[in-house]
Amino acid sequence: MGGWLFDPAHWSGPTGVPVRLLEHLGYTLVTLLIAAVIAVPLGAFVGHTGKGGFVVVGLSNALRALPTTAVLILVVLWAGLGDFPVYVALVLLAIPPIMAGTYAGIRAVDPVAVDAARGVGMRESGVLLQVEIPNALPLIYGGFRGAALQVVATATIAAYTGAGGLGRLVFDGLALQEFGQMLAGAVLVALLAVLVDLGFAGLQRLTVSPGLRPVGTGGKR
Amino acid sequence: MIEFRAVTKRFEDGTIAVDELDLAVEAGTITVFVGPSGCGKTTSLRMVNRMIDPTSGTILVDGKDVLSVDPPTLRRGIGYVIQQAGLFPHRTVLDNVATVPLLSGWDRRKARTRAAELLEIVGLDPAFGKRYPAQLSGGQQQRVGVARALAADPPVLLMDEPFSAVDPVVREDLQNELLRLQAELDKTIVFVTHDIDEALKLGERVAVFQTGGHLAQYARPTELLAAPANDFVASFVGRDRGYRTLTFLHADVPVRPVATAKLGERVVVDDWTLVVDSENRPRGWLSGVDGEVEVREQDLVSGGSLYDGSTLRGALDAALSSPSALGVAVDESGAVIGVVQADDVISALAKARAAGEVPK
Amino acid sequence: MTWIFENWDRFWEVTEVHLRLSAVPVLIGFVLSIPLGWLASRSATARAILFPVANILFTIPSIALIVITPVLIGAKILDEINVIVPLVIYTIALMVRSVADALASVPGHVTAAANAMGYRPLRRFLTVDFPLALPVTIAGLRVATVSNISMVSVGALVGLGGYGQLFTEGYQTDNSAKVFAGLIGTVVLAVLADGLLLLLGRVLTPWARTGR
Repeated sequence: MGGWLFDPAHWSGPTGVPVRLLEHLGYTLVTLLIAAVIAVPLGAFVGHTGKGGFVVVGLSNALRALPTTAVLILVVLWAGLGDFPVYVALVLLAIPPIMAGTYAGIRAVDPVAVDAARGVGMRESGVLLQVEIPNALPLIYGGFRGAALQVVATATIAAYTGAGGLGRLVFDGLALQEFGQMLAGAVLVALLAVLVDLGFAGLQRLTVSPGLRPVGTGGKR
Repeated sequence: MIEFRAVTKRFEDGTIAVDELDLAVEAGTITVFVGPSGCGKTTSLRMVNRMIDPTSGTILVDGKDVLSVDPPTLRRGIGYVIQQAGLFPHRTVLDNVATVPLLSGWDRRKARTRAAELLEIVGLDPAFGKRYPAQLSGGQQQRVGVARALAADPPVLLMDEPFSAVDPVVREDLQNELLRLQAELDKTIVFVTHDIDEALKLGERVAVFQTGGHLAQYARPTELLAAPANDFVASFVGRDRGYRTLTFLHADVPVRPVATAKLGERVVVDDWTLVVDSENRPRGWLSGVDGEVEVREQDLVSGGSLYDGSTLRGALDAALSSPSALGVAVDESGAVIGVVQADDVISALAKARAAGEVPK
Repeated sequence: MTWIFENWDRFWEVTEVHLRLSAVPVLIGFVLSIPLGWLASRSATARAILFPVANILFTIPSIALIVITPVLIGAKILDEINVIVPLVIYTIALMVRSVADALASVPGHVTAAANAMGYRPLRRFLTVDFPLALPVTIAGLRVATVSNISMVSVGALVGLGGYGQLFTEGYQTDNSAKVFAGLIGTVVLAVLADGLLLLLGRVLTPWARTGR
């Protein structure tokens, strides 16, 4: 693998490592953005009103049993090749964890604090945006991290059906019996997944209120 | 200031939480709603700021029907304190207190300054402002809850069992703080509790609710104790209501002199001698021995409660809890003034009865 | 659906392989995670090492591990072990936390009473702690099993067996019915396994069934 990875030829050109890396990141971030736009409001609405929670949780659980490879292949067979089907499959897989995380986060907010929020005169929208969501952030981030994991992994597999990204290194390598290339792809994907997860963890640390960290990490009684 | 007119609340499953409630809360007083679980006291309270709406009847706050104002606007003008405080975990203490002013559109700096003032008013070090609720004890969180309710200076304060979730020592502190605050601020406070002692201590008027949402009696504490309206009230107020009445009587109980001694002195002890420290504060009792002895720490018997001159109950308890049957009376600095005896308390009570001070 | 009935032999053949490839890792992973989870429930240092490592391992996509494994253990790319090892790793990564939480959830006063009665440590662990930790453990096991069953199909992308083969073949011959058949197989297997574990849990914990 070292041989393949450190050969400069593999780092340039339209099929070079940086290009594949960017493609992969592109799939991941775009998918998460689209999924977030759909899943966060839905999860927040269900969490805030308390209706339909069973569906949200059930859906998320059912998804664990679904082989992502099959979903990907079915979407491609139905919608054809190219990037669009890949995005459809990825977004479909990313929505349930984000929705479930948002829902769980909002349900976990201390009901006494929510009651107090209404009691001091906040409108329902205020209660949701100023109290419930900030307090739900840790679990919402959990949902995003789970979704990111799914997406990075599935985007790799998507290369099997012709998509770009680091998975290309794996499957091209397989086709050419170039094990160095395969290994390079696998290692890079593993690294990317870990880095994306760390990135979210860092973002979480920055954006979540220090008041929500477990007591004992930087506070006095 | 607050009026309930034939207010009824019936829930969907048919239970009647509040039944034709007619009650008027006077401005500038602390009114306590007390009763067992399911008696409708909390439901009644929550109808004042429209957390719950009545099935029928009218509630007026300062002459205005609460149903004519939309809930968020109404609530910004009414302070609301609940059990477990309900502080926002994701905001600092200061920002929690500043919630209502900020909601009402105050300038951020002005709101925070006001919040800092309030922290002091409720007895918290302003340094607490930067902390988060999770870093505070239960009692401290409650104080913040009260500060938050007072931030926009509402004329009315609703308190729903605010002190029930803290331990007895902290609770007593908070109760005294509330009385002190009220003396300064003169708000109209409606306070809900299930603890009759708390109700009698805090309330200028007390409304006793019965299961099923009926108002059994609405009167001053001394009336409740002396003349309960029915069996329920009598038993709710408890078997000790005669004893409790003593809390409300301030009569003169003669304070008699007592033999005192300091640690290390050599004295002759006849019966019981009270041992004091250099500031004349009580340390313990020394019981009768023959001849002269040196006063030593290890020979002391601990004393009972101290009588500060306020109520007959304090005097009686001091006398009853003392090993020598002599209750120690002290002044504001805690220095011994003398002793009181149980017999004198009973005589004082008899005199008060004869003079008509005890309500019939 | 009809595909299944028309090609029953093939369907059954891949089912057997898939079952084997998912059951073996779950069993091995579970057994290995017990001592590790026990360690994590007892020692904060163990926890501080094991949990982050488990997290990282879990974050790595399965396809990556499936490709890396043969290099690490010197196997050929088409060996079944290339799927089994990654799945064992995932199962351990998931179950270590489950077992640790489960053991930590055993009430302290119960273990104290057992000690006071004279139980030796190993016997106490096997007959007191572990049974009481079963509900939480089985909950984790259900998640691990279902995840495993769905992850096995990734192996087909590098040529290994199981329902994944129906996916790849279906893709190559533009036969979505075949893919669908594989999908149904996977889901049914997952539901059955989940239900079986649920039942097992109920059977093994009769005290949890007594209502009040």
